[in-house]
Amino acid sequence: MAIATRSKERTARPTTSLIPGSSRNSFWFYLLPGLALLTLVIVVPLLWNVYLTFTSYRGIRPPEFIGLENWVELFGDTTFWTSFRNSVAMIVAMVVVPTVLGLVLAAMLFDLIGRKFGGRLASFLRATYYLPQILPGVIAAIVIGWILRPENGALNQVLAAMGLGGLQGNWLGDPDTALPSIMVIMVWVQLGYPVVIFMAALQRVDPELYEAAELDGANWFQRFRAITVSIIRPEIFVVTLTCAIAALKVFGPIYALTGGGPGTSTIVPAYYAYSEFFQSQQVGYGATIATALTVVIAAVSIIFVLVQTRLERSEEAR
Amino acid sequence: MAVPTLTAPEVVQEPPRQRRRSGRSRKTVGDWLILAVAVLIGLLIAVPFLLILANSFKSPTDYAQGGPLSLPSALYFDGITAFWERVDFPRKLWNSFFISTVVAVLAVGISMFNAFALGIGRVRGRTWLVLLILLANMLPQEVLLYPLYFMFRQVGLYDSVWAVIIIFTVIQSAFGTYLLASVYGTFPKELLEAASLDGASRWQILWRVIFPISRPTLSVLLIFFFIWTWNEFLIPLTFLVGNDNQTVPVAITVLQGDRLMDVTTTSASALLGLLPTLIFFLIFQRTLTRGITAGAVK
Repeated sequence: MAIATRSKERTARPTTSLIPGSSRNSFWFYLLPGLALLTLVIVVPLLWNVYLTFTSYRGIRPPEFIGLENWVELFGDTTFWTSFRNSVAMIVAMVVVPTVLGLVLAAMLFDLIGRKFGGRLASFLRATYYLPQILPGVIAAIVIGWILRPENGALNQVLAAMGLGGLQGNWLGDPDTALPSIMVIMVWVQLGYPVVIFMAALQRVDPELYEAAELDGANWFQRFRAITVSIIRPEIFVVTLTCAIAALKVFGPIYALTGGGPGTSTIVPAYYAYSEFFQSQQVGYGATIATALTVVIAAVSIIFVLVQTRLERSEEAR
Repeated sequence: MAVPTLTAPEVVQEPPRQRRRSGRSRKTVGDWLILAVAVLIGLLIAVPFLLILANSFKSPTDYAQGGPLSLPSALYFDGITAFWERVDFPRKLWNSFFISTVVAVLAVGISMFNAFALGIGRVRGRTWLVLLILLANMLPQEVLLYPLYFMFRQVGLYDSVWAVIIIFTVIQSAFGTYLLASVYGTFPKELLEAASLDGASRWQILWRVIFPISRPTLSVLLIFFFIWTWNEFLIPLTFLVGNDNQTVPVAITVLQGDRLMDVTTTSASALLGLLPTLIFFLIFQRTLTRGITAGAVK
């Protein structure tokens, strides 16, 4: 995302404001309220939190400086590593599956259903896919959690009615099925977002390109890969990056459904930090987990942007 | 016109006309099959909503006898009213509505001021400033949680809706600044020059020229900030502990698993949680799809 602003500025580096006769410095006044609030609500707490990672702090007596102890503990903490392993599962459920499925669905809707069955139907289906996205994450989780209730949940009842009672399970309470269940919920929540974005992006694709490729004997999949995917690559990057950040930050559904359990089978970094803050009262350690999560998110974003710039350059060189 | 970023990617569902005419007449078996798959996926996505809708109006015995898939044998409102009264739902609706509205208005205002200085004023170091501001939006909120909790506790704003309002004004305006700054960066220069020749001050130019022309973008941001704030969970959960201050998502979530919640009351609670956002979606559907796509291409 940052790329857009940067490349725009590289082409021309204006040194005056857009209003003639107004010097650039006279605009600082308008930044004051925003920057003051940003400092108060983001910058100071962020630095404070980093300081807390070097302390032992249980919330009552003042923080006690302990150097790198929290960080050393963190690297040997199996729960912490489990939480990141579960983050990988969240990335599969919120980035990989929705992006791939979203690409295919968007192409299907735009290319085929929109063309042969009318745009109305295509946009109705798109709105349906998008529906779960509008819910607060916790409410979306509660909706599916209700279906997965162990004793009289809809899924178990339907399985029993179909004579498949043997497949019934305590979906969110069994360590083997809890994480896959959460993953299903996240796919359901996330799928509509790439579909909407990719469908908008597909409008840039020139239909004549398709017709030419069709005449050359390219089949649907070849056209999809060579034309569609390469033209909407910027959107694919944005979707994967924003979804990856969202996947690393997941908190609400875990809080509402499993509390990280059973055991640590569904724990994620955000929930682990929260439970250290407010349940174990280990504020210093909770701050360390949260800071580690921030570092991971920053690293992922930077890598994404670098890869994107490199790909764009090699594209231009071709 | 002045906001190409938000108007350009207008969602047009219909491809060029002649192409459609040529294709529409020939529908192969494969086309119908793909349509069936797309509809099936749509159904799968909609089923949870339909299940919640059907089962919120059943009595627990009705549920036990007819199962989750049947329609209610008689409309039963006790689950919904019980939950409605138990959580004092109107109060929670008002809290969510108040917080989200104030945040949306304040955050749009701050975004506009910031973007005016960054996009039109082009202050020195603006690229770094935009990156710094964007940070506020990307950080996991856990990293701010304890210091904020401590700070607001000190000034007596813990368990007050104002703490949540201040925090989200900053977080939402971060995204708004990022988007608006690039929109304002391409603002038609002639308009600004004409206004300044007429002797308008910066303040007047902001309110009489830039504000009215960028109003479509600002209203998209307003709606987005409102819904995003409505859907927030972690910070309201930790800052609004009192029953009187809770928001809708928090109130509904903390009661899950309560022993007084039978199966249909739980369904009713989910229904009450999803209804408000569903209504917003129906009202603002066009604006929303336009905004989502604009946010992505920018």
